[in-house]
Amino acid sequence: MTDANATILERAAETAARATPAPVAKRVRALSDRAVAWLFIAPTMVLLLAINIFPLIWAIQLSFTNYRANRPNEPVRNVGLQNYERILTDSDTWLAMQATAHFVFWTIVLQTLIGFSLAYLIDRKFRGHAFWTTVILVPMMLSPAVVGNFWRFLYEPQIGLFTYIVSFFSGIPPSDIAMLSSVKLAPWAIIIVDTWMWTPYVMLICLAGLRSIPDYIYEAAEVDRASPWRQFWSITLPMALPFIMLAVLFRGIENFKMFDMVNLLTGGGPGSTTEVASITLKREAFEKWRTGFSSAFAIILFVAVFGLANIYVKVLNKVKSR
Amino acid sequence: MNRITKTAFGLASGLLATTALSNVAAAEDLTLCWAAWDPANALVELSKDFTKETGIGMKFEFVPWTNYADRFLNELNSKGKLCDLIIGDSQWIGGSAENGHYVKLNDFFDKEGIKMSDFVDATVVGYSQWPKNTPNYWSLPAFGDVVGWTYRKDWFANPDIQKAFKEKYGRGLAVPATFAELKDIAEFFQKREIDGKTVYGASIYTERGSEGVTMGVMDVLYSFGFKYENPDKPYEMDGFVNSDKSVAGLEFYKALYDCCTPPGASNSYMGEGIDAFKSGQVALHMNFAFTWPGLQKDESVGGDKVGFFANPKGPDGEQFAQLGGQGISVVAYSDKQDAALKYIKWFATADVQKKWWSLGGFSCLKAVVEDPGFAASQPYAQTFLDSMAIVKDFWAEPSYASLLQASQKRFHDYVVAGQGTAKEALDGLVKDWTEVFEDDGKM
Amino acid sequence: MSAAAHSVIEPSAASKRVAGAIVILYAVITMIPLFWIIATSFKTPPDSIAYPPKVVFTPSIEGYCNLFTTRTRQTAEYIQSLPPATNFCDETTRKRNMVIAGPSNFLPRFINSLVIAFGSTFCAVLLGTLTAYGFSRFKVPLADDLLFFILSTRMMPPIAVAIPIYLMYRELGLSDTALGMILLYTAVNVSLAVWLLKGFIDEIPREYEEAAMIDGYSRLQAFRKVVLPQATTGIAATAIFCLIFAWNEYAFAALLTSGTAQTAPPFIPTIIGEGGQDWPAVAAGTTIFLVPILVFTILLRKQLLRGITFGAVRK
Repeated sequence: MTDANATILERAAETAARATPAPVAKRVRALSDRAVAWLFIAPTMVLLLAINIFPLIWAIQLSFTNYRANRPNEPVRNVGLQNYERILTDSDTWLAMQATAHFVFWTIVLQTLIGFSLAYLIDRKFRGHAFWTTVILVPMMLSPAVVGNFWRFLYEPQIGLFTYIVSFFSGIPPSDIAMLSSVKLAPWAIIIVDTWMWTPYVMLICLAGLRSIPDYIYEAAEVDRASPWRQFWSITLPMALPFIMLAVLFRGIENFKMFDMVNLLTGGGPGSTTEVASITLKREAFEKWRTGFSSAFAIILFVAVFGLANIYVKVLNKVKSR
Repeated sequence: MNRITKTAFGLASGLLATTALSNVAAAEDLTLCWAAWDPANALVELSKDFTKETGIGMKFEFVPWTNYADRFLNELNSKGKLCDLIIGDSQWIGGSAENGHYVKLNDFFDKEGIKMSDFVDATVVGYSQWPKNTPNYWSLPAFGDVVGWTYRKDWFANPDIQKAFKEKYGRGLAVPATFAELKDIAEFFQKREIDGKTVYGASIYTERGSEGVTMGVMDVLYSFGFKYENPDKPYEMDGFVNSDKSVAGLEFYKALYDCCTPPGASNSYMGEGIDAFKSGQVALHMNFAFTWPGLQKDESVGGDKVGFFANPKGPDGEQFAQLGGQGISVVAYSDKQDAALKYIKWFATADVQKKWWSLGGFSCLKAVVEDPGFAASQPYAQTFLDSMAIVKDFWAEPSYASLLQASQKRFHDYVVAGQGTAKEALDGLVKDWTEVFEDDGKM
Repeated sequence: MSAAAHSVIEPSAASKRVAGAIVILYAVITMIPLFWIIATSFKTPPDSIAYPPKVVFTPSIEGYCNLFTTRTRQTAEYIQSLPPATNFCDETTRKRNMVIAGPSNFLPRFINSLVIAFGSTFCAVLLGTLTAYGFSRFKVPLADDLLFFILSTRMMPPIAVAIPIYLMYRELGLSDTALGMILLYTAVNVSLAVWLLKGFIDEIPREYEEAAMIDGYSRLQAFRKVVLPQATTGIAATAIFCLIFAWNEYAFAALLTSGTAQTAPPFIPTIIGEGGQDWPAVAAGTTIFLVPILVFTILLRKQLLRGITFGAVRK
């Protein structure tokens, strides 16, 4: 909002106050715009302070201690940066980070490819495309925990539907397709479910991107007799790119935080092959109850998401302004 | 649109009101927390008598084993009031006593004339005492449990199968006396066709999330010569936890997992074991004794088809079994401790304990288990007594959760995911456990 | 977002047909798991684990019976000693040599889900509307920073947030209470609500309120009588998003509630039978849990689409 606007507003309020009978005028004056603004904004701020900021500060403070939430009676010692040091030098942390990176990378690749392709096809506007778009959206509306849990059933080696279908087409006996218990397959099992669930989201954003491309650009390309292939590479893709990147950003952040679906599908197993960062964090914080240690881990994760996201947004803005 | 939002909000506020009311109405009920398994359902059935006698209603909160420790330790640590009574796992006793989650029961026992000497000694030490072997009681032994084995009696008795086994191993097919024999049997059955179905050797514990793989591995390790610590020097673990004998035991467990388990059994615990046995997939089945009454009564594999045996011996003839089972405690944060104590008093009476056994609960009362008719009362009763005589338990230290997490990771990484060697896994375990005890200031 | 069609460069009929076929094929494939959930909920336990998987089967409501009850296996003599079965569920249970010991906890958990999801949605939308209006109409110092701050609170991994919240709720006695969960979900949702609603309110010309205030309305009256009706669509779209989040949320619910205020998502995966999961019962619980979301998705698809793309593009 510009200053000019504000002054106009104020003047309007004054006019209103002067033009109206005394009681109303009093009320208006009694609740000045500034008061209304704070009245409207303050509750949210208070809530966010109480539920987001205060706990965050507390977590930062705890991360320098050896506090354990399951030993309230024990003295808390300040351990300085020891927790951070332990985490960053622990090979298990890096294994968890690798598992997370593998998961994030492949889900993004698959979802972007499939999502963009779908959006491109839907943008052909065949008959009934609105209806089918809604149908495609359904998986992303569902609870990752509840539906993820059900995927365990689909993946069952002997009786699962997924296993049956794969075995039907590949000829591999169903007892040999152990999606969740094979070290090789388990990371893909979680990628498949996440892709099933979230491709529609990427698709929607890509669709918005495709529809934002003004027709006259294509018309101009037609005039220049550019082939459809060329139009795709030099118009469609570059112009939709900021949207695609945006979708990648959101999926990246979400999957970096991934907990519910993986927790229910594999719980991090077999061994530690699918132990993504959030699962490690949950084990440290709510099973081993190393509260101080896990707070440090949480802060590291937060800084990592925040940092990566910020770098990415910078790149995104560059692409946009091109 | 406006109407939809209005209806939605109306609905929400209405619901708020109704739940508030229903909470008030149920204010006098006791809530008992336990694991979700058949004994718990039998306890629901049993508790109907308590409600009849006292007019105190009972509500139940059951959580599957794989979430059980997580959920209820979380609840206790948050000083929650959900549970008035809790049947908590044996290893929680140290932490729950030291952090004041449980009400100390000594005075109550004295006042009501409940004597701990009336209960099986191993269960009193295992479920009630902290510190161990001192007369400080935090719970009443509620459910005796121990790891043992079930097998397919009908397959073992089949003459064709017997003949084939004898040809291959030069001895008769019988209940194994040693773990080596057990593995032979499992290997023999693995992928064998029986009645037109492919069957597998053994179902063993491999679960990663809670305590499964540890309970299974320990069961074997004990009999192979594993010790938690130097008997003369507490918390000295190097050379005991990772002794050559322990390494051999862990290697054995992995070999058993690799050769003889059904496909996809990489994350199986009690429930998956029951499923594997009940669906006729496996010849041998490692599980806690609580599963036995249900399997005995099962339509398809129960009756004459199922047999029971205690953990076999290790290479040096040592024989141990992992203790399970729980005591019932009063939660210190409950507002209804008096009613909760009333329940424990009721539960401790001999008649109730007898009915408990008949409904499928493993009573720990000597009057029940030492009754001359006990061993013959159920086909599994003698195996239960034999197994209870050889029990050992995991650490019950206040840090048990961290200790368990470490062993879960080390064992699962080695046994299931095949990373590293058994020696490395156990060396790593010594390192992890040492770290925990150092953090605790015990070393 | 412009809804203008590429009218001039209309795709050819053939390419439309191919595109349609592929999209429909994809949609059908992604619907299979959902179909399977509903089908499994109407199977008997033996049918549910048959191999090959049964597509044709005799429907049964045993899964729903098991969802709402706890059962215990008992001997035939014990079952005979009981009074005769009174309803279908009782009868089926006894046929399997079991007796119904009591109700399960599914219903209270489902009610908790309703209370917490609707309660937190109401609060988040209320606060969000007020705050969005505040940011949209008044000069707020550091407005951009505040908005960014509000949004960035969503970047924290839920487990990381849960650690201090757990400690805080323990001190305040909010552990495992509906109020605690409503507050938490409101805090998480309000950032999205402010962000979405500010966009919607920005679109409402401020002249409307100014005119109203000149007519003698106070600022608050103008807000209530002029702005709110104009923003209904935006509010509805926002509400759906908040509702879906709160309804589906798992991590906080699993860590911060244990029973009294536990919602359905952490409960459903813990429905087990005698052995592992009782799949028909799990499927029945899942089906009941999904129905409200499916209904919402279909009824409000337009607002939903607008909200998703709008929220994404603005961010």
